[in-house]
Amino acid sequence: MRKHALDLGRLLAVARKETIQLRRDPRSLAMAFLLPLGLLLFFGYAISWDLKDLPIAVRDEDATRSSRELVDALEGSNFFQVAERLDSRAPIDHLLRHGQVRGVLVIPRGFSRDLAAGRRAPVQLLLDGSDANTAIIMMNYADAIAARWSQQVLLRGQQLPGLATAEPRVWYNPTLASRNMIVPGLIAVIMSIIAAMLTALTIAREWERGTMEQLAATPVHRLEVVFGKLLPYVVIGFIDVAGSTILGMLLFGVPLRGSVLLLAGLTLLFLLGALGLGIFISAALKSQVLATQVALVATYLPALLLSGFIFDLGAMAPVLQAISRIVPARYFIAVTRGIFLKGVGVQVLWIQGLSMIIFAAVGIGAATAAFRKRISA
Amino acid sequence: MIGEALIVLDGLTRRFGALTAVDRLSLEVRTGELFGIVGPDGAGKTTTLRMLAGVLPPSAGEAHIAGISVGRDPEGAKPFLAYMAQRFGLYEDLTVRENIEFYADLYRVPRRDRPARLERLYAFSNLGEFEHRLAGKLSGGMKQKLALCCSLIHHPRLLLLDEPTFGVDPISRRDLWLILHELVAEGVTVVVSTSYLDEAERCDRVALLHQGRMLALDAPTVLQESMSGRLFAVTTAAPRAARDRLRAHPAVQRAVLFGDLLHVVVQPDTPAASIAAVPGVQAVRPLDASLEDVFIHLVGEAAGQEAAA
Repeated sequence: MRKHALDLGRLLAVARKETIQLRRDPRSLAMAFLLPLGLLLFFGYAISWDLKDLPIAVRDEDATRSSRELVDALEGSNFFQVAERLDSRAPIDHLLRHGQVRGVLVIPRGFSRDLAAGRRAPVQLLLDGSDANTAIIMMNYADAIAARWSQQVLLRGQQLPGLATAEPRVWYNPTLASRNMIVPGLIAVIMSIIAAMLTALTIAREWERGTMEQLAATPVHRLEVVFGKLLPYVVIGFIDVAGSTILGMLLFGVPLRGSVLLLAGLTLLFLLGALGLGIFISAALKSQVLATQVALVATYLPALLLSGFIFDLGAMAPVLQAISRIVPARYFIAVTRGIFLKGVGVQVLWIQGLSMIIFAAVGIGAATAAFRKRISA
Repeated sequence: MIGEALIVLDGLTRRFGALTAVDRLSLEVRTGELFGIVGPDGAGKTTTLRMLAGVLPPSAGEAHIAGISVGRDPEGAKPFLAYMAQRFGLYEDLTVRENIEFYADLYRVPRRDRPARLERLYAFSNLGEFEHRLAGKLSGGMKQKLALCCSLIHHPRLLLLDEPTFGVDPISRRDLWLILHELVAEGVTVVVSTSYLDEAERCDRVALLHQGRMLALDAPTVLQESMSGRLFAVTTAAPRAARDRLRAHPAVQRAVLFGDLLHVVVQPDTPAASIAAVPGVQAVRPLDASLEDVFIHLVGEAAGQEAAA
């Protein structure tokens, strides 16, 4: 077996050919550039875990200045909107059951008297627990608002002895704006899917169109084909990530606290793996339709569900946690969130970097192994 | 011009499951030869050429090109050979020029050599004026010429062509064959497959293939002469009845209707008079065998041997 050296000129020839073909194919161009930005806009606006103007009902049995102030404080927060003021507790069940309000605040008689006497003055918040997420968020909001209002009362010189309030402070994302969490994660999820989809077509298309048989008879090396096809898509991937970053910052106000250079470097590693995975699927299946579907299934659900994008990985069953370790989006999400929100550097992200180097090596290795310059059957 | 063996096939075999597409093929193609692989669909022409081009591994046997085994080192011979697949294998969304340049890049043709080579290729293919046209917008004949240009840009020593004239108009067919003869005159070895027997007659030597097996291997004229004195055209008033009677004649191997005539193949050294004596035969005239006659005869013999075995 004689050695056939890799040749940069041939690699670039494949890349140039691929670029010309891409330029002339509006569908591929749309998928490469419009789809990722469109998805970012769509999800960026559609997904939000922030709650605003939640309708609540109020039953104020105390009916004093203090009780009205508390209700005003709730309403003034923008989180809640008082939709009903009740004369009795009778309609509470009906309102919650029919979903007309998400919660009911009951201020019992004697609230201001207890307050004035310096005793604890409990109020009751009835929540619709059928949507547990929302209920918990509402509870936290209401707690926080009540605590703040108590503090203001305290500042006005009224005595509230023995009232110890915990003061949780959220770092990195102080307003807990979920969009700040979503956009960096979304970039990672979208790129996982788009990258594999883009390259899933490349090798299969050549087998289907009969151009691969001709190409296979030339001295071009397998690695030259794989890397030559990878190269234009790496550039596209970079443009996509850069565009999404700029869009996220300008449109959604997401901060970019860390190093752009580090983000670029880790993005490159991620793209090599994700694009390599697409080429592997394409080379193994040799059918464009099949390859696109497999690429979508192999990336979409894991990137969405097992990456930490929506569900906290720490809270998952051990089996799912183990599976999530081979989901590349998981590492890229940690990278984008880490760099965007925390501004962390290599000393924190080296684990992710290492994981993505392995992913890139496996992706490209599998692509090269699956692609043969041989006609099968 | 014709020198030593460039290609040596030794029991070359390719199976696809239960089907043996190429069955123990052994032959030699000499340097500078215009060699034809001839046979109907399913004869194993494409499979043979694909194995020679190093894109399909053999199941058994060997093929060496310039001493390099296509089975063990499929990449070894690729730098100096060119293969033109039966199905158009170039990029329809690239222009004529871009396709040629791409193949020039793949074979590392030096940039300074390219203008002269392009000019020559354009000269014989008349593709110059369509340089910037997308390959997908070319006619069938022009596509084949473009494929040939891409094959020739690196000056291959060996050209493998799989049915290059399939689906091509008669003028382009003639052009392509003129080009092939020119290439051979320049010392390029050409192996071309075809199912057109009139084209096969243009080759220096042909291998007649049928169902994966080689029936004969020789120069077309030699093959035709092998049947000299054995092929007759028979005139008769009632062709069908005469055919049946001729088939009953012990010296007659085959009798086939050709319009009003009957073509009759007889055992060697059978006198024409013996045929003329068959009732209903009006006249007997010796015929020069075409390659088609030879082929049909050989296929019939092979079938007869198989039936006997």
